[in-house]
Amino acid sequence: MADAALPKPLAAPAIWRRLWLPLAIFAALALVPLFFPGDRYVLTLVARAMILGIAALALDLVLGYGALVSFGHAAFIGIGGYAIGIAMEHGLVEGFVTIPLAIAAGALFALVTGAISLKTRGVYFIMITLAFGQMAFFTAQSLARYGGDDGLRMYGRTEFFGYRWLQNEVVFFYVVFALLVATFFLLRTIVNSRFGRVLRGAKENERRMRALGFDPFRYRLAAYVLSGAVCALAGALLANQTQFVAPAYMSWQRSGELIVMVVLGGMGTLTGPILGAAVIVLVEEALSRVWQHWKVIFGILVVLVALFAKGGIVHLIERRRG
Amino acid sequence: MSTPILELKGLRKRFGALVVTDDVTLDVLSREIHAVIGPNGAGKTTLINEITGEVAPDAGTILFAGRDVTRLPVHARALMGLARSFQITQVLPDFSVLENVAIAAQAHRGSSFRFLANAAGEADLNERAMAALDQVGLTARARIAARVLSHGEKRQLEIAMLLVAEPKLLLLDEPMAGMGREETERMVDVLMQLKGRYPMMLVEHDMHAVFRLADRISVLVYGRVIASGPPNAVRADPSVREAYLGEEELV
Repeated sequence: MADAALPKPLAAPAIWRRLWLPLAIFAALALVPLFFPGDRYVLTLVARAMILGIAALALDLVLGYGALVSFGHAAFIGIGGYAIGIAMEHGLVEGFVTIPLAIAAGALFALVTGAISLKTRGVYFIMITLAFGQMAFFTAQSLARYGGDDGLRMYGRTEFFGYRWLQNEVVFFYVVFALLVATFFLLRTIVNSRFGRVLRGAKENERRMRALGFDPFRYRLAAYVLSGAVCALAGALLANQTQFVAPAYMSWQRSGELIVMVVLGGMGTLTGPILGAAVIVLVEEALSRVWQHWKVIFGILVVLVALFAKGGIVHLIERRRG
Repeated sequence: MSTPILELKGLRKRFGALVVTDDVTLDVLSREIHAVIGPNGAGKTTLINEITGEVAPDAGTILFAGRDVTRLPVHARALMGLARSFQITQVLPDFSVLENVAIAAQAHRGSSFRFLANAAGEADLNERAMAALDQVGLTARARIAARVLSHGEKRQLEIAMLLVAEPKLLLLDEPMAGMGREETERMVDVLMQLKGRYPMMLVEHDMHAVFRLADRISVLVYGRVIASGPPNAVRADPSVREAYLGEEELV
C-alpha cells in the first residue's frame, strides 16, 4: 500500500498488465493449427476446449460477477445443441438461421427459468437451477422423435450461404477461436459497463444497492439471459463438432464440470474460465489414457486448488509473475 | 420550515408478541433535523427500516414528499430521494472509494442498462463523486479499496454515497456508533455543514451529538413515542428522565 507515493503508471502498460495473460493464451491457441497441421485429433481436442471455454465464460458472468451459483447451465448447452440438431432434422441447415435460433432458444429458457430461480438465494438458487436443468435433461430424453435416450445424429455441419465451410477442421477451429475471443472481449466490456458495475455491486452488498435505488433482480435476470444465450452458442458449436446431440449434454455432471472449470481457472476473471476449461479437457484426455480411474487424481487436483489456490490458476500465474 | 417531507401516521408493527412500533405518528419538516432517541430495543432501527421499506408495517401510512409510499419497494423509495445510512456501515468493500460513490450517482443519472461504455470512465459520475467525497473530507482516499478504510472513514464514505444522489431526506441510523471522540467530532462537523440543506431523521445514542444537532427530538420507548418536541422541552420531560434512568445520562 506504499504505492501512493509512486508516479501514476502510464495507461498502455496498465492495459498490458491486465491483458497479457489472455492475449498470450489467444496467441498460443491461434498457433495450434500451424504447429499441428492436419492433425485432426489435436484440432478437435483444442476446439472442444475452446467451446467449453465459451460456456465457462458465460457461466462466469453470473457465477463470478453475480455470485449466482447456477447448477443447471448444461441445459443451455443442450438447448443450443438440440436447436441445431432438430432444425437439421427438418432440413434447416443454414447457419445464419439456425445459430441465432439456438441462441434465442437458450435466451428464452434462461428468461423463463431465471425469472423464477432468481426469486431465491443461496442453496435454494442452486437447487432450483439444478431442478430446471434436470427437467431439460428428461425432456430431451423423452423426445423419441429426435432420438430420445440415444441422442440425435446429424448428417453434417451447419452451412453458411449453402457452403459447408465448417466441414474443414481448420476452418471450424478458427471459427470457434474467433467466437471465443469475441465472447471474452464482449463479456469484458459488459463487466466494466454501467450494467456490469451494478451486477458486481449487487454481489458485494445487495442491501446497500437496494438502498441506493437499484433492484438487483432485473440486472441479475439480464445477466442470466445473456449467460444462457452464450452457453447455447457453445452448445450449437459442440453439436456441430461432434455432429451429434444427446441428453448427456445436459446432465447435472456437466453443469458441475462447468462450475469446476470456472472455479479452477479463477472466478470473476474471464481469463480463468478459458484456462479452467482447457486444463480440464486436456487433463481429462491425458489422464483417461493413463488410468481408467483418472477421476480420482482429478478430484485431488480440485481439492488442492480449493485449499491452496483461492482465486484459481489465474491467481497463481499472476502472483508468480509479481 | 413548513411542509413535512416525511409523515408517519399511526405506524404499527409487531414481531410475534413483541410490539416494536406502537402507533407512531411523527414527521420531519424540510430543513430540520429530527432526532429519534430511546433506550436499546426501543424499535428505532425497525422504525427506519419501515420508512425505507425493508420492513412492512402492519398498519399505518408513510407519506414521503407528499406521496403514500407505504407499499413501495426499497429501491423505488430510494429513487424518490430517500437516502439512508446503516447502523453497521454498508459499503461495497471491493470497490474503490470513488467507485462506491460513482455507483450511487449512477442510480440517479440515466439508465444502468448500458452494456458497452466503460462506467469507470464516465467523467460526469466521477466528478460528482469527487465533489461528494470532498464534502465529507475523503478525497485523499478516493483511489483505495473501501475495505481498507477505518470505521469512521467508512461512515464518511456512506454519507458521501447519500449526498451524491441529492436526496430529499437523510435517514441516519446511529452515524456515531462505535466511533472515538475525534471521529465523532468530525462526523458532527460534517452533519452541521449539511444541516439546513438536507432534512434529516437522526437516530443516535450520543446525546452530546443529538443535542448539538437536533431541532426536534422524539423519544421512543418500547415502540411508542413518549415525548416529542424541542430539545430543552424533551430534556425537562419527567417521563423521559424516568425512561432513561439507569440507562444513560441525559445531558
